[in-house]
Amino acid sequence: MGEVIVITSGKGGVGKTTTAANVGAGLAYLGKKVVLVDTDIGLRNLDMALGLENRIVFDIVDVTSGNCRLRQALIKDKRLDGLHLLPAAQTKDKTAVSPEQMKALCDDLRQEFEYIIIDCPAGIEQGFRNAIAGADKAIVITTPEVSAVRDADRIIGLLEASELREPALIVNRIRPKMVRQGDMMSIEDIIDILAVDLLGVIPEDEMIVITTNRGEPVVLDQSSRLGQSYRNIVKRILGEDVPMMSLDEEGFFGKIRKMFGMR
Amino acid sequence: MLEFFTRLFNRDGGSKNVAKERLRLVLVHDRASISPQLLETLKAEIIQVISNHMEIDESALEVNLDSSGNTMALVANIPVKGMKRAAEA
Ligand SMILES: Nc1ncnc2c1ncn2[C@@H]1O[C@H](COP(=O)(O)OP(=O)(O)O)[C@@H](O)[C@H]1O
Ligand SMILES: [Mg+2]
Repeated sequence: MGEVIVITSGKGGVGKTTTAANVGAGLAYLGKKVVLVDTDIGLRNLDMALGLENRIVFDIVDVTSGNCRLRQALIKDKRLDGLHLLPAAQTKDKTAVSPEQMKALCDDLRQEFEYIIIDCPAGIEQGFRNAIAGADKAIVITTPEVSAVRDADRIIGLLEASELREPALIVNRIRPKMVRQGDMMSIEDIIDILAVDLLGVIPEDEMIVITTNRGEPVVLDQSSRLGQSYRNIVKRILGEDVPMMSLDEEGFFGKIRKMFGMR
Repeated sequence: MLEFFTRLFNRDGGSKNVAKERLRLVLVHDRASISPQLLETLKAEIIQVISNHMEIDESALEVNLDSSGNTMALVANIPVKGMKRAAEA
């Protein structure tokens, strides 16, 4: 029986979709059978993050409304054996799926996949309710900014009220230099405020733009610190005890790159 | 002008402390926001308790969570129509 993990945040644009794509790809890279479910109906994104946008025939609303069978809507990635995507509908709105339908869908997916990763839309309305309806666990993403942390706090409250207790936190877009200067909240500050467990830390890195442009999840890039930060999260999801990466150094490859004047 | 900027950027040893303090305050309020349903329950229970001792105007009863600055108070306005005769003096 698979595990359903929802990736949520409250605030938009903090990195839910990017994280979902990388966590999904990372799990599949380690041999797991994974399906990524895009529940951001009307704002389909996850397909592009994965480079699968040209292969969509049916979508999640086709499945829940009985237009097609689940199998027909699942897109299988060609690079990673275990990776699948159930795309969002682009022309419908968020009320096209109900929480009950979502629950039933998750139960179906559980039969076939080891990990069901749900990419949640922004907000706390029906799209959010749908995304969390069938979930066993929740990951909350925030950036080190006041509004994102505030929204994360609200989401944590709503998750707990929906029996999704002890959500795990990912802090995205941290800038070590600004933290050192005292101009950005540190991981400790954020954990202190939100009082949740930390699942991982992802540095601010323009490489995301490049990998998203190409539709290739950066988690597969073995040489970058960014890829490493996603791989660590994947390992922690699998139950491994991985120490938090130090953000003060750029790592071996970063130093080499700098030595040779590459970026 | 320069002084303005140095003050702007170096107050309180970095802006993160400002961020933390502002968050702390705003979350006190966010977390304490109570649902209309809870407020109704609270009202009904207050009416019950007070009615044991006083006659109150239930329709004019007001209960609200009031927050200003960094403090919060449950404010109730309960018009009393009359006192009940004490059973034992
Ligand atoms: N660690 C990061 N460093 C730099 N840019 C990032 C990082 N994470 C996300 N982004 C950028 O932020 C934007 C929003 O990310 P996205 O994953 O779509 O957020 P959401 O799904 O929460 O709306 C994208 O343009 C993405 O490239
Ligand atoms: Mg998104």
